[in-house]
Amino acid sequence: MISIQNVTFHYPDGLDVLQGVNLELRDGEFVAIMGENGAGKTTLVKMFNGLLKPDKGIVTVDGIDTRKKSVAQLSRDVGLIFQNPDNQLFAETVAQELAFSLRNFGFSEDVIERRVTSILNTLDLERYEKSSPFVLSGGERKRVALGAILVWDPKHVIMDEPTIGQDYLQKDRLRNFIMQLVSQGKTVIIVTHDVEFVAECKPRVVLLSHGKVIGDGSATTILTNSSLVKQASLVLPQISILMKNLADLGAPSEIIDAYSAKDFVVARMREKAEAHARPLKS
Amino acid sequence: MHRLDPRSKFILMLGFFVSSLMFTNIFALLIVFVMQVPIVLVAKTVKRWLQSMRGVAIYGGFIFIMNMIFGTSLVQSIAFSIRFLAVVSAFSLFFMTTSADDLGLALEQIHAPYSIAFTFTTAVRLVPTMAVDAQTVVDAQRSRGLELDKGNFMKRIRNYVPILIPLIISAIRRSVELAEALEARAFGATEKRTSIVTLKMRPADYFVIIATAIGLGFAVYVYLHVPLPNPVIPIQLPRISWPNFRTGFTG
Amino acid sequence: MENVSISIEKGEFVILTGPSGCGKTTLCRCLNGLIPNFYSGDLTGDLEVDGLNVSGKTTAELASHVGFVFQNPENQLFSLSVERDVGFGLENMGVPREEAIERVQWAMRATGIFDLREKAPYELSGGQQQRAAIAGILAMRPKILVLDEPTSFLDPKSAEEIVAVIAKLSHDIGLTTLLVEHRLDIVSRYANRVIVMDRGRVELNGAPSEVYNDRARLIGVGLPRVTMLFHLLRTEGFDVTNPITVEQASDDLRRLLTK
Repeated sequence: MISIQNVTFHYPDGLDVLQGVNLELRDGEFVAIMGENGAGKTTLVKMFNGLLKPDKGIVTVDGIDTRKKSVAQLSRDVGLIFQNPDNQLFAETVAQELAFSLRNFGFSEDVIERRVTSILNTLDLERYEKSSPFVLSGGERKRVALGAILVWDPKHVIMDEPTIGQDYLQKDRLRNFIMQLVSQGKTVIIVTHDVEFVAECKPRVVLLSHGKVIGDGSATTILTNSSLVKQASLVLPQISILMKNLADLGAPSEIIDAYSAKDFVVARMREKAEAHARPLKS
Repeated sequence: MHRLDPRSKFILMLGFFVSSLMFTNIFALLIVFVMQVPIVLVAKTVKRWLQSMRGVAIYGGFIFIMNMIFGTSLVQSIAFSIRFLAVVSAFSLFFMTTSADDLGLALEQIHAPYSIAFTFTTAVRLVPTMAVDAQTVVDAQRSRGLELDKGNFMKRIRNYVPILIPLIISAIRRSVELAEALEARAFGATEKRTSIVTLKMRPADYFVIIATAIGLGFAVYVYLHVPLPNPVIPIQLPRISWPNFRTGFTG
Repeated sequence: MENVSISIEKGEFVILTGPSGCGKTTLCRCLNGLIPNFYSGDLTGDLEVDGLNVSGKTTAELASHVGFVFQNPENQLFSLSVERDVGFGLENMGVPREEAIERVQWAMRATGIFDLREKAPYELSGGQQQRAAIAGILAMRPKILVLDEPTSFLDPKSAEEIVAVIAKLSHDIGLTTLLVEHRLDIVSRYANRVIVMDRGRVELNGAPSEVYNDRARLIGVGLPRVTMLFHLLRTEGFDVTNPITVEQASDDLRRLLTK
């Protein structure tokens, strides 16, 4: 469990980025942390693996204060995947890139070989095992960066803006992969402002604005709340706007994705067809 | 102070610089150094100026020690340290009160080649950006278990490879993007560049230039004609007979 | 790119989309001469832009005809103040000072950043930075505006705002606009035409409601969610329209449910 209690943080140049944040993320939860650029989302998640320590308040991971452990120690359990893979790729081959963290953590060579092979497989990167990471395409580099963190199988996984620059197919694959991680029992935290992406996988949503938590609940509760969404510089999912427009016809306000909307329409059309087929008996 | 034309500030700095190099007398040097203080106050950059002075204090001390070791008198050694501080302070003052953009403009207007002025302004503009990049790389690699503060000397140096490579690569990628954008803004289209912002010398600037000229003239006069008191404190390190390095080792 | 043939009329607002690696980035870099001048390779065929034959012209020459806005706002701002940055292109072109100042003022007002003119680029938000970049390009008075995923780094609200600004400017000035985008839910409402590329070829080219079909979906284009809903309904056997905006979808769905 990751617990954030009354955390306040400001950068040396004085701006108060986080103000009195309280949050509890349970093991195995799937959470999206959303808000405008500069709301403090990235700052917050950097506290989970100790890169940043709170000025006031306390952050505990699995019961231990993050101030008491080093970043390397915390990273064993909390894997933080940064937004831009070019900020971390450096090795001669993809395999070495993936082995980097395992070497840092002191795994033995045979375990390293096994794990690297396994992750290459999972992420469909086997053919690039001996390639330089720099000749891969953007999407492939992102997969390598993902693999570089997952290779040590951290209990909690954090992804910082995983959807930026991705096309629809890539996002689809990413969504499936995230759901796989969730089904494996990992805590998965994604920092994002991609409302449609979140609407389709429906995690718990925590809304940050100007360093404060302004909303915390299910995706269907938060993403349909116009005023909160506006405050966080987000937009309502298209389907949600559609449902709100047809509220007078009984369109449920908690529907936020196309598949659920389809189910609703189909059910409604079926009702109508039945009502026509069975006229009221006078 | 910040709004003065960079050219007049440069002349002011030059005045202090030349004065510092000219004198060897401790009182003169002290005066040159102390005269900068009111300017620092007017410019309201006291804190930063003190920071830079603190930073070079070590070097000042080093100069003092080296002079003493080589047989210079106590007073003179102090004088040389003060000279060093005075020079650094003058430069410091200039750069603290002149924005990079103004400097770039000044370079342009004195007809330095545009590519130099532009390279300079771009480099300055990129410093904060690259600093953020560097921090991100360090964060990302630490999140993969890299520990920069552990290990023997060789290990620590090797640990910087995963920091340097991504930094260099992202600097190169950024350069390519910047170059594309420059092309899209017709960079290099014509030799005859125009400028929408120009530096104008104002009365305050002329005042500064004239004041500097007078001050420098006075300093030269003092140097040539006024005998300055030379206090002697008879503290010296024992004279060690150093070999005369110019004529070889003569007994 | 392979065998690409398209024509875009003056004043049109065209979206260029397709999965990663389809060639859309390559295509738009041909329009302002970055290909083949900046990037080497083999380019064959004829390319005419604003009445000019592109071959043999440098990017600098084409800059006053074709304006190009890039993805990352940070890497297209050069000066230490917004005003100077907007005038940067004009300075490079040697435009006389008075005219340059006038054009800069106009461009800043047109993009709504006049009040930010004395700020440094790093002090601005992503959306403001993109507006500054657009202003800098507008000041050069191109007839054609090409934008390569300008909303990539922006949050949804800023993205919507900037696309609205681009659309309004295009309309008011009569700019021919080519916008490369993945986020079709934001841009569809403004498009005259959508071109879909896949693996270097042009696969679809027409009005959004024609192009947002099954084939586009299979290529991997991210259709607006409301369009997707109607596609799902069609799969279920319902005879439905193909709306591309939330407003159209609301009307169409209302009609369907109350028929």
